[in-house]
Amino acid sequence: MPLPANRPNVRVVTLQIDGQDLSAREDETIIEVCREHGIPIPSLCYLDGLSIWGACRLCLVEVTGQGRLLAACSTRVTEGMQIQTNTETLQRYRRTIVELLFAERNHVCSVCVSNGHCELQFMAQMCGVDHVRVPHRQVSYPVDSSHEMFRVDHDRCILCTRCVRVCDEIEGAHTWDVMGRGSDCQVITDMAEPWGDSDTCTSCGKCVQVCPTGALVKQGTSVGEMVKDQHFLPILARRRHIL
Amino acid sequence: MSTSPKITVATTWLDGCSGCHMSFLDMDERLIELAQHIDILYSPLVDNKILPESVDIGILEGSVSSDEDVEKARAFRKHCKILISLGDCAVNGNVPAMRNHFKLADVIDHAYRETATLQAQIPTQQVPALRAIVQPIHAVVEVDIYVPGCPPSADTIWYVLSELIAGRQPNPSAVTRFGA
Repeated sequence: MPLPANRPNVRVVTLQIDGQDLSAREDETIIEVCREHGIPIPSLCYLDGLSIWGACRLCLVEVTGQGRLLAACSTRVTEGMQIQTNTETLQRYRRTIVELLFAERNHVCSVCVSNGHCELQFMAQMCGVDHVRVPHRQVSYPVDSSHEMFRVDHDRCILCTRCVRVCDEIEGAHTWDVMGRGSDCQVITDMAEPWGDSDTCTSCGKCVQVCPTGALVKQGTSVGEMVKDQHFLPILARRRHIL
Repeated sequence: MSTSPKITVATTWLDGCSGCHMSFLDMDERLIELAQHIDILYSPLVDNKILPESVDIGILEGSVSSDEDVEKARAFRKHCKILISLGDCAVNGNVPAMRNHFKLADVIDHAYRETATLQAQIPTQQVPALRAIVQPIHAVVEVDIYVPGCPPSADTIWYVLSELIAGRQPNPSAVTRFGA
């Protein structure tokens, strides 16, 4: 889904977030308005500059009059909307989501190249996850080190699909995609071939930079050394839409 | 919790590297202040080798990997009013649990036969039997406070103990995280 270009004649709506009266453009999403006003909303799959995916469910919010929770990243603001971003129910759900992510694959933070720079790790701390209540699945996923510059460790992948989207939408290569269902779901390069054999990969490294965890990293990094830089993304995303 | 008489503390390590206990010692001169409020009655750091009948705070480092670890965890739960999981191994298995992807027989074979250079043999005496799966402490006994970190910093341990001494419930997520 391409990002919507800013339309000139867009209306302004007024709404309330956590009791705070705010105004916003009607083409904005709840998460965008929250980020503008410094209202913290946890998220993992959402990234400014990429299309909306709505998969991680961490940004769920309560909207008065709605019988269900709504993802702040994929819900546009409307006139008179009343939003709660940090209720006890939401905290409980977010905590559970993060715990399930830790239990599904093997995020051993202490020996991860992204230790200290990982969004999942920070999300756990932010949501107060100091232990995981469900048993770990104890299933091993492969590592593909065939690319000369980068490496993918599926054990640390949370299937946010940021790599898939940045490769398709910003780089235009579409090397990455998703294969399989449920716990077999994995990101793949080309037709599930080794990354190093990919004909389409341009080795630009954008996927590595946008990956929130230690799943996509540079070769040769040691524990805690993989620091990512995502500054390029909003700039490139805007430039692609101007053209 | 009153400050007089002193709060009693017991600590031990299960399947860990003792790094969390080293971090405890890293509190340096604060240990002297701590000693005015707590008495460590049982620990690898002190001489007494018998776990007292009742202790206010129990601190466990390391994951549950062997039958002996289970016994230690159960004993601490039974004898300690407040039980703390200290460090990532205790909290989520961490490095010891990385063997969970392999069959136990293969792990033992690799450690004691394939990589042994002399007298390759599998030890059967004087060592506790390993369990098939390495688990965090809360998988075998109820835990009251979780302090992640590999290891949790001296400041983190100081914070947690200070809060408990002051009669407050510590919030470890405010000062530490997995892998910290």
